[in-house]
Amino acid sequence: MTAAPTRGTPATDPVQATSTSTGPVQRRRRITELVLLFVAWAIGIGANVLIDPEQAMASPGHVYRAAAVLIAGGLVLHAVMWFRAQYADPYILPIVVALNGLGIAMIHRIDLLMDATAATNQVLWTAIGVLAAALVLVFLRDHRRLRRFTYISLVASALLLVLPLLPGLGTEINGARIWISIGGRTFQPGEIAKITLAIFFAGYLSTNRDVILLAGPKIGPVRLPRFRDLAPMFAAWLVSIGVLVLQRDLGTAILFFGLFVAMLYLATGRLSWIVLGLIFVAAGGVVASQTFGHVAARLDAWWHAFDPAIYDAPVGGSRQIVQGIFGLASGGLFGQGLGQGRPDLVSYSNSDMIITAFGEELGLIGLGAILMMFFLLVSRGFRAALGTPDAFGKLLAGGLASIMVIQLFVVIGGVTRVIPLTGLTTPFMSAGGSSLLSNWIIAALLLAISHSARRPVVTGPASDQDIAEFQAHEREEHERAEMLESERAERAERRRARQEAARKEREERKARQAEDERKNATAVPTTDRADDAPKKPAPDDDPDVDEPDLDEPKTEPTNQRPNERKGATS
Amino acid sequence: MNRAIRHVWMAAVAIFAVLLLALTSIMFFQQRSLAADPWNTRTLYEQFGRDRGPILAGGDEIAYSVPADGDYAYQREYRNAEAYAPLTGYFSPIYGSTGLENAMGEQLSGNSDSQFYDRVMSTLSGDQPSGASVEMTVDPELQELAYNLLAGKKGSIVAIEPDTGRILAMASSPSYDPNALSSHDSAGVIEAAQRLNSDEAQPMTNRAISGDLYAPGSTFKIIDTVAALESGDYDTDTEIPNPQNLELPGTSTTLPNYVGGNCTQRTEADLEFALNNSCNTPFAQIAMDLGQDKIRETAENFGYGQELDIPLSVTPSTFPSDLDDASLAMSAIGQYDVRSTPLQVAMTSAAIANDGVLMRPQLVQEVRSSDLSVIDSFQAEQMQRSTSTDVADTVTDLMVSSVDNGIANGAAVPGYSVAGKTGTAEIGSSGTNDSWFTGFAPADDPQVAIAVVYDDVAVGESSSAVSNGQQMFEAVLNG
Repeated sequence: MTAAPTRGTPATDPVQATSTSTGPVQRRRRITELVLLFVAWAIGIGANVLIDPEQAMASPGHVYRAAAVLIAGGLVLHAVMWFRAQYADPYILPIVVALNGLGIAMIHRIDLLMDATAATNQVLWTAIGVLAAALVLVFLRDHRRLRRFTYISLVASALLLVLPLLPGLGTEINGARIWISIGGRTFQPGEIAKITLAIFFAGYLSTNRDVILLAGPKIGPVRLPRFRDLAPMFAAWLVSIGVLVLQRDLGTAILFFGLFVAMLYLATGRLSWIVLGLIFVAAGGVVASQTFGHVAARLDAWWHAFDPAIYDAPVGGSRQIVQGIFGLASGGLFGQGLGQGRPDLVSYSNSDMIITAFGEELGLIGLGAILMMFFLLVSRGFRAALGTPDAFGKLLAGGLASIMVIQLFVVIGGVTRVIPLTGLTTPFMSAGGSSLLSNWIIAALLLAISHSARRPVVTGPASDQDIAEFQAHEREEHERAEMLESERAERAERRRARQEAARKEREERKARQAEDERKNATAVPTTDRADDAPKKPAPDDDPDVDEPDLDEPKTEPTNQRPNERKGATS
Repeated sequence: MNRAIRHVWMAAVAIFAVLLLALTSIMFFQQRSLAADPWNTRTLYEQFGRDRGPILAGGDEIAYSVPADGDYAYQREYRNAEAYAPLTGYFSPIYGSTGLENAMGEQLSGNSDSQFYDRVMSTLSGDQPSGASVEMTVDPELQELAYNLLAGKKGSIVAIEPDTGRILAMASSPSYDPNALSSHDSAGVIEAAQRLNSDEAQPMTNRAISGDLYAPGSTFKIIDTVAALESGDYDTDTEIPNPQNLELPGTSTTLPNYVGGNCTQRTEADLEFALNNSCNTPFAQIAMDLGQDKIRETAENFGYGQELDIPLSVTPSTFPSDLDDASLAMSAIGQYDVRSTPLQVAMTSAAIANDGVLMRPQLVQEVRSSDLSVIDSFQAEQMQRSTSTDVADTVTDLMVSSVDNGIANGAAVPGYSVAGKTGTAEIGSSGTNDSWFTGFAPADDPQVAIAVVYDDVAVGESSSAVSNGQQMFEAVLNG
């Protein structure tokens, strides 16, 4: 631990950074991002015009607002990354901007049919989401800092999830109590909870991974984790699932459970645990379908969607699913064309069912393209997880990417009857401020992690700020090391003093004995030692003393060295 | 940990693959069946959003779309609605469509394959696509006359042009007002539909081609006569026993000739006498002599047992199988389980009129796109040969005699030679009859073949079937 030399080395780097600034531009790939942003704007803004060109000419307010937010938002984040996350993944931002623009277009398109103004809200929330993402990128210089908030995140998750249950604050919409209402505006705290929960899982698992993996008992071929190692995980999971069962929001419950399972697997690589978990879920699902009416109704609407009795059921019927499927089918291969279909025939076609609206108007080809954009986005998330060197970052990026995969599976699988339909939003597309905000934050976190994944580790050019920060970090480390060192030195000093005292005592005793012998004049030299032996383990009760200390009474009292060695290795 | 990340990514790949497959299944492979699903109002909304082409008769718009406010851009309206309802059908936002509105739906809405180019052009030009017009073969005068003749009664009249198969009239009574079902007022539509559906007279059934069909009664004797002549065992001189009552083999019942008629005058009859007076026992014996297969084959030559799309879907007329002699005897006079559509009976006359060649009956004269270019036009098509020209000529003579000298004389039109045959079929034990007339005119150069039928005419009550036939002939010949 030598602090002085390291403090000196980065001081030469600013020269390097300026002289080689042309070289690493390609590797930062910010230009790629900018070019792709133009494509994203073309898609996102173009869609807003194409849904009804005549209307867009007549009253272009919406198009201007949407274009302004998309362009400004894209540029702001792009600029922030130039300064804060130069090595961030260049694909994530353009994909998100394009998806967000498409979502606004479809919401506006359905507004025109329904005489609503959801798109205005969505544009506003896009701005808020972009701002939040920018703040995350500015203030979260290093994603590893989030690890400090592991347990705070757990508490935050629990609070966020419980908020809607509070009387006066929580609002029940369509039988699900997952909204809070402040000043007439509703917000879904569960959307933010998915991020805090991912942070908790990542923090806890990255710290306790080894213990969880190795400390448990082995039953047959499966080594199970010790309960106490996984207890906080289970607590987190139980709270989220329990609250969501109380709030009757099946979709989010599935999302949280999926996140839990995915992150457990990411951390441990133990497939057997996942299988065990899924068996428990299956059992839980059977119990839930027997006990909760709304779960059973969901299953019926899934299996027997085309049964007239279930189709026409006043509550929990399959009309929504069936009409959604009709919508998809009417799109066919090429779609009806933007603005040409009847997405208003499907209930919630601008939120939970927005995928069917896209299917109807853009067809299988258009929807396939959207799906591919999502796939690319998710893959970049996993890529960031692979690239980042720290376990926490890997788990967080993998977890956040998994959230998106699960959400898409629940949404699209639901409308295509692969799985029962449960309400969840399509990331970046569905109308809904909380969802948009949380997904923009997720995008920002992925960008931050991808930056650390692609940032040159050893020889990269460092900015003054990097250097300053590094030096601050080094200084901090050095101070901590010095503090520890001085503590150790103190302890060693105390021990040395004690041993010194003991030695003096022994010498005095020896001197006394020698005097006594001399006084007695009759020497019995052979038994002299044997008499001394029981006394050898001197009452040395210093807990800090290592094994070598036991021998010390025999050797020269040069106890400085062992202590120093100990300090160096720790 | 990287291994686990890769595995989770692969799971994501699998999930996206499953989602794409599911979407492909719905959006590509099941697309048509889902579009045809009765719950899929989307298809209907799309149709109602279009300027649907009109259905015309003789150049007049019978069914047409007018711009409307509300959910749908267009409203379907019908002129002289009840007379044409069995042909046009309705176009309802709640109950879908029937009749030509359904059968020609693709053309009317502009969705047919032959209108692909128009669709592309209107998409490119940004115009609303509009559908093609469908001109019917029916003659408005005849159609309206036929419906008026039936007014207040239950029955049907069909008129065909024998040498082309064009359907000149096809009326069914009682009828209904398709305007009531095609309205955009849902409550009104539902109420109208409930009223029509609960009406025992079944006004929404096109009796000419569907419903429960009719026993053809004595009109089936035309087919017996053809079978007899074709067999070579009979000619116009053959004397056939004509007992007043024929004991049916294996039963204790007898088949009588009509007591009030002229049949009692002779104990033996040739085909002319038997047909003129519609004696039952000679034809029962002919059928038992020739066997059921010969009768059925002859019936099938005239179109029995065949499904038709004119393009309305026609319920096949049937001649029963596995008959014992008693049932065969009953079937020979168009009773028992023989069932015919009025269209089938008219086709029988038309085939005789057209020298034994049956032309495929058709209802659509022309389909024109909205820019008036012809997409599809009528082409006469031979359906099959029903019998030889010789036999057809002989039967024509016999049917002319039936009008000139027999009980069908009410159908005579002065100055023209008319061929005809009456029929009466007892319906179960209800004490009512179905009353028939079929024939064609002029016999030497047939312009029209018709079938008229009335349901549930009380026994003994004189039927107007014959006189209605006469009025139809007169309208064609002198109109």
